[in-house]
Amino acid sequence: MALQHLFIINRSGGLMYHQDLQDEAPRISENDWLLLAGTFHGLHTIATQVAPLASSGIQTVESSSIVVCCFQTLTGIKFVVTAGAGTGGLDGFLHQIYQKYTDYVLKNPFYDMDQPIHCELFTRSVVNTIVAFPSSKR
Amino acid sequence: MEHRRSIFDRDISRSRADVSLSAFGFLFSELVQQIQREAESINDLEGQLEQIGYGVGVKVLELLAARDRRNFRHKHKLVPCLRFVSTTLWRYLFGKDADRLEKSSEHDNEYYIHEQEPLTNMFISVPREYGALNCAAYTAGIVCGVLDTSGFTAKVQAVTIEEPGEVDKTVYVVKFDE
Repeated sequence: MALQHLFIINRSGGLMYHQDLQDEAPRISENDWLLLAGTFHGLHTIATQVAPLASSGIQTVESSSIVVCCFQTLTGIKFVVTAGAGTGGLDGFLHQIYQKYTDYVLKNPFYDMDQPIHCELFTRSVVNTIVAFPSSKR
Repeated sequence: MEHRRSIFDRDISRSRADVSLSAFGFLFSELVQQIQREAESINDLEGQLEQIGYGVGVKVLELLAARDRRNFRHKHKLVPCLRFVSTTLWRYLFGKDADRLEKSSEHDNEYYIHEQEPLTNMFISVPREYGALNCAAYTAGIVCGVLDTSGFTAKVQAVTIEEPGEVDKTVYVVKFDE
């Protein structure tokens, strides 16, 4: 099964980065991606409050057709990936993306915090990570 | 009187420790941002980076001479000095040699040092508005400082060479005065 989308959401719920991870991934308009990110951010925050035991928010959402995996950093940045049902190793994938983020985005002097990410080295390294992902169709 | 050990009593020739690449990445990124706030143009930005590198170059040459007192010889001829820069100096700063040193076929006092991936640019993606800005101007300044202290006045510039389909590489153009 293959990866579909990658989102990076900043501390206030704005969408910093979005990438289609394969050609057959479902596509919607740019605005809708922003709405989706904001909605997910809201749901994540609500989940922290509503959970019966101490919780750090949504980590995985599994359904019959899709798996959504979310990794939240200590600084509040959320890395979200969607994939076809039954895909494994998404947590490791998100950790790798997080590492690329700290390398090519945070050490870039031309990047302002919490802004949309337009760093060429970062995009290239994301593509490399996708290609190296075990069950990727690309 | 008590003799307290200060940093000046330490042996200067003890082997240096390695520094974290991430630490350098963050420090250099902040340096560029600081200069960006004050600079008036892209050339000014590169110029200030070169100036800072120049200071480093002067000190590094003296340090290498002091550390390796037995074997170090100051180079009095041009080409051996350049060779020293592209091998020994590069190895001391970056852990590897520069990719290539070549003499220009068009201009007589011009030499090129090729580097595929300068350490300074490893994490930096230059946005399109900044054009041909190359943060390896810092390394160019280091080279200029070393050459100047060795007695060869030169202008060193870090130029980005675009390769279709590949990562852009950097060439340091060393232009001597005489």
